[in-house]
Amino acid sequence: MRDSIPVTRRRFRAGERLMEGVLALCGYTSVLVLAGIFVLLLWQGARAFREVPLWEFLTTARWDPTSPEGARYGIGSMVASTFLVTLGAMAFTVPLGIGVAAYLSEFAPARVREVLKPAVEMLAAIPSVVVGFIGIVVVGPAIARLFGLPNGLTALNGAVLLTVMALPTAVSLSEDALRAVPRDHRLASLALGANPWETLVKVTLPAAAPGILAAMMLAMGRAIGETMTVLMATGNAPAFPSGFLSPVRTMTATIAIELGEVPHGTAHYFALFAVGFALFVISFVVNWVADWFIRRGRRAR
Amino acid sequence: MDEPVRIDCQNVEVWYGSKQALHGISIRIPSNRVTALIGPSGCGKSTFLRCLNRMNDLVPGARTRGSILLDGEDILSPATDVVDLRRRVGMVFQRWNPFPKSVFDNVAYGPRIHGIRDKARLAEIVEDALRKASLWDEVKDRLRSSALELSGGQQQRLCIARALAVEPEVLLMDEPASALDPISTARLEDLIGELKERYTIVIVTHNMQQAARVSDYTGFFYMGRLVEYDRTQTIFTSPAQEQTEAYITGRFG
Ligand SMILES: Nc1ncnc2c1ncn2[C@@H]1O[C@H](COP(=O)(O)OP(=O)(O)O)[C@@H](O)[C@H]1O
Ligand SMILES: [Mg+2]
Repeated sequence: MRDSIPVTRRRFRAGERLMEGVLALCGYTSVLVLAGIFVLLLWQGARAFREVPLWEFLTTARWDPTSPEGARYGIGSMVASTFLVTLGAMAFTVPLGIGVAAYLSEFAPARVREVLKPAVEMLAAIPSVVVGFIGIVVVGPAIARLFGLPNGLTALNGAVLLTVMALPTAVSLSEDALRAVPRDHRLASLALGANPWETLVKVTLPAAAPGILAAMMLAMGRAIGETMTVLMATGNAPAFPSGFLSPVRTMTATIAIELGEVPHGTAHYFALFAVGFALFVISFVVNWVADWFIRRGRRAR
Repeated sequence: MDEPVRIDCQNVEVWYGSKQALHGISIRIPSNRVTALIGPSGCGKSTFLRCLNRMNDLVPGARTRGSILLDGEDILSPATDVVDLRRRVGMVFQRWNPFPKSVFDNVAYGPRIHGIRDKARLAEIVEDALRKASLWDEVKDRLRSSALELSGGQQQRLCIARALAVEPEVLLMDEPASALDPISTARLEDLIGELKERYTIVIVTHNMQQAARVSDYTGFFYMGRLVEYDRTQTIFTSPAQEQTEAYITGRFG
């Protein structure tokens, strides 16, 4: 009996070490995958620049790899399109997300909150093809009618649809950030004679600001990387966009449309990898900024 | 009571849902004195304190009955302006809770809420409140740095300054020293002694020596009732009730 105790203990320790190893492996695997994707995109993308001048790629707007008068590889139009759609989506997502999150955490009765929060989070479960479909048959036509356009498949349409897709992240994480603000802060404010609205605007929101910013950056990362919806619902026009009411084609849509048809090993093929690399860098920066805010928020508390 | 009364409570009862937390509390709190509320934990001290600035309004399911006259005006009446009431009756909490803002912005928070925008006026109010809370000399060179960088004792005095900045008449303190070290506690007790010249103070404490040191009057709460209320000296030397004596001699609670 006595002897068995150290044995089980040793076995337990060995098991523990194994678990640790497995978990560490999982952690390193994700780093490895990330590094692998980075290297692949960089390596394949870089080969485009044997034929395409890097300067032309970065600074011109015309993307027309199959033009009979000579292929053009300017990334400008699709970057502008991506930013237009993303920033449009954020212009809706930020106020809406903060509003819904604040309502949920500060004002909604517990019962309403228990229904509403999962409902908002459930929006994330709608497949992007379905959202794109709704964009084509509902939102797009509505935009066309509202602004008197022949066709509603525009940057604005994409922005509205991406809002639906970015909102769950924005609301859920912002609400967490608001709830993490100690109740004492609210009580102190109310005890000084502030009303709940003043308390929200002057105490709770500022205290939760780093977390809310992080939520918005992550929501934006989601919007930047979204492919299917924008591909279906933004009109698929590779020209430089003139505004929210013009049809666009984003970086993701361009890659998705062209990569399947382009012959392997051509400049066009490699240029699409270069576009992918640029997208990767943009997403990476957005996520990194979000992470920075999350960490800053933790330290402040 | 042979002193001017600031707060006159008659038959105050509080329910949380179906649970009654306070039973028929009648107590007259004198002006410019320190009144201590003692009693074992869960006996309703905090609940009573929160009646005095209507913070119980914020507790879902809480109901209050009876009358509480502040300078002759019933503050439990639905017509009472709670914003104005909470300006007149300030509160300091058990756990110091400065906002994650600068020292200056913490103290200026209340005055700003109440509509003071003028920068020079705000600076004046902040300095004055910090001096009254005997914190000015320690923080005058770092008004712009975060309040969270101050020590615990300083943060608690900052919370007092924040409450004083809206010029209350009454200051409620709920176990303000329970998380402070002995030196900070001693400073806080000195401060309470200074503050009573201008303010009526009601302090909840579970530390009986502290009640004896800082207060002029003491009320002993037990199971939602006010068992005894008298001059502090009387309570601690010759209490009228058996239960009070048992509590202050440490035989229970
Ligand atoms: N927010 C609340 N909801 C429900 N019951 C409460 C609440 N606050 C206090 N109580 C109850 O009221 C009684 C008195 O509590 P409290 O006033 O906090 O006592 P004390 O401050 O003397 O420790 C306790 O039984 C407590 O459980
Ligand atoms: Mg208490």
